[in-house]
Amino acid sequence: MSSPASGKKRHGKLVSQVITLAHGGGGKAMRDLIDDVFIEAFDNEALNTLEDQARFSLSDLQQHGDRLALTTDSYVIDPLFFPGGDIGKLAICGTVNDLAVGGAKPLYLTCGMIIEEGMPVETLRQIVASMAQTAAQAGVMIVTGDTKVVDKGSCDKLFINTAGVGIIRTGLELGADKAQAGDAVLVNGMLGDHGAAILGARGDMQLSTDIQSDCAPLHELIDVILQAAPHTRFMRDATRGGIASVLNELAEASRVEIEIVEAKTPIRQEVKGFCEILGLDPLYLANEGKLVIVVPKEESDAALHAMKQHPLGAEAARIGTVLPGGRPGRVTMQTVFGGKRIVDMLVGEQLPRIC
Amino acid sequence: MKYVDEFRDPEKARVLLKEIEQLAEQIHQRIQRPVYLMEVCGGHTHSIFRYGIETMLPACIELIHGPGCPVCVLPMGRVDDCVALAQDSKVILTTFGDAMRVPGSKKSLLAAKAEGCDVRMVYSPMDALGLARKNPDREVIFFGLGFETTMPSTALTLLQARREGITNFSLFCNHITIIPTIKAVLDSPDLKLDGFLGPGHVSMVIGNAPYQFIAEHYKKPVVIAGFEPLDILQSIWMLLKQLAAKESKVENQYSRVVPDKGNRVALDAISEVFELREFFEWRGLGSIDHSGVKMKQSWADYDAEAKFVVPAIKIADPKSCQCGEVLKGAIKPWDCKVFGRACTPETPLGALMVSSEGACAAYYQYGDVEKLEQHRISLQELPA
Repeated sequence: MSSPASGKKRHGKLVSQVITLAHGGGGKAMRDLIDDVFIEAFDNEALNTLEDQARFSLSDLQQHGDRLALTTDSYVIDPLFFPGGDIGKLAICGTVNDLAVGGAKPLYLTCGMIIEEGMPVETLRQIVASMAQTAAQAGVMIVTGDTKVVDKGSCDKLFINTAGVGIIRTGLELGADKAQAGDAVLVNGMLGDHGAAILGARGDMQLSTDIQSDCAPLHELIDVILQAAPHTRFMRDATRGGIASVLNELAEASRVEIEIVEAKTPIRQEVKGFCEILGLDPLYLANEGKLVIVVPKEESDAALHAMKQHPLGAEAARIGTVLPGGRPGRVTMQTVFGGKRIVDMLVGEQLPRIC
Repeated sequence: MKYVDEFRDPEKARVLLKEIEQLAEQIHQRIQRPVYLMEVCGGHTHSIFRYGIETMLPACIELIHGPGCPVCVLPMGRVDDCVALAQDSKVILTTFGDAMRVPGSKKSLLAAKAEGCDVRMVYSPMDALGLARKNPDREVIFFGLGFETTMPSTALTLLQARREGITNFSLFCNHITIIPTIKAVLDSPDLKLDGFLGPGHVSMVIGNAPYQFIAEHYKKPVVIAGFEPLDILQSIWMLLKQLAAKESKVENQYSRVVPDKGNRVALDAISEVFELREFFEWRGLGSIDHSGVKMKQSWADYDAEAKFVVPAIKIADPKSCQCGEVLKGAIKPWDCKVFGRACTPETPLGALMVSSEGACAAYYQYGDVEKLEQHRISLQELPA
């Protein structure tokens, strides 16, 4: 372990193999857990001082832009480890992406953990290591945190909350109410991978798939898009509820009709097959590394071209258009078969059909 | 997807649609009203909406979305019974995903689960049997429903349970059978119907023969149809060919899956375990004779209705609900008084708003795009 820059050397060493209520009790066991697992992995100046709050210099923040962006998200995924990621990676990517889609440069994250007693320390270490690695990749620091341990059965293994702050670049105004007739609707790649990977990994339906979650921090790709298409109107990561939900929110907020073309909507064959078998609609499956982007028509080619140069946008596609004179708030799809249908908001959770 | 995309080829669709248009026009000229075709199966309803097939058909063809969504036609009293079973702390109640949302008179299984009942979603009855194996100190009840499509897997699971000597597994049987239901539809006085798209999956089990009476006695053509969009278009085309030639035959468009004689193994398993009930209550359609199955007396030790006490209280459909008329094609979903107002997929009053295979939910979600919009606008103009 590297010596913290603050000069405070941490010595706590976790002896137990499993997390017990004592590790949330505020005493030595908790201190050992924080030192040995969290400080060890996250290791940065703001965190290592172990004050009750992280402190930032306002003038440093102002170098990045003129507005502060603040977001929070809780991660309760089952299983904790899945093809393409784990809850730790997700907890970083999700919050980083929520900041970045608003045009903010993500800077600092918090990490709150609620752990069910009995969790193997080794499992927690793996998850924390994955958080540290993803945070480094995303260029953010985890600067303060909190740990609670609850009785068996009071939570499902591990819940993580991360809040994040970022700074929005001066002059940038992205919003769901900014789509205009004629604008192009783009996505940065294959849709529904995360949702299908999680359902597959739960193993309930004994379908073995090779589908990997698309979980990834998108801040770099977003920078690329904003450079290529400086008048970008809107971006959102299409997480729960899939792109259908994002498009509906967009159509509603901008009072426009959006039409997507099924044949242009990139969905992996495996995901399509998975959905066919279970009676699910991939438009509603969660993504953790996919954006819906709205740009003026004139900047659409540039945005697409730029995205395709980036590994997280190699399969980017223009999937639709903001219709001139359509019905406000409506999302429709030209089906592969030549028909037209409404793509509505999902009611409740998608449940597999019986036959 | 390989082997699937060829059934979704828009070029082939265009060719078929041209012929459909000509045939429909010809029949329309003769009968001076729209041609009414019913798809019996909820799977067809789903495909029709999923691919926007109604938006492609000529205006003189009207599709009537029939009673073939087993989740939709389940009466509230049966859901109440199911909730009552789930409230027993010994019980793990298992069922298919979309059955969990069906409203009972007080609550759905999803709500019962939220209140602490042990309700689990399974993908097949075999998964439920697996849970019984893993939890010998609990009683696992499978809430089985569906037509002849799902009946064989339930029957085979019970046969397996008995072979293994598993005693903590039982079935709350709500399986229903398609033929008496079609007959009830055909006998209803307000019926408007020229032909049937026959249910593909059910027919895979029962074969073609059981539909003969429709063609012979009622003089309506039947085409057993597959579920891909081209299957459906081709089946509509086949029905129109018959109507144009004033014929009524049972034809099999879905011969790649449906053998004329059905599936012997599946039928044997069904008849080993199940027998017809005298009558069964349907949401929207009322009681239909011999339309449901129950477990034979010799299977009482696997019959949840014999092992447990269920309230078995009959709950009438809400008065305002017009599902029955929609099912028989007497009105369109948006003509129903409560469609989109008191009755939405979030708070379904009627059966057809429950599952995405129900005609109302399908219209609400996928829509006959323009009609639905007109309806929504007219709703906004009405005082709340």
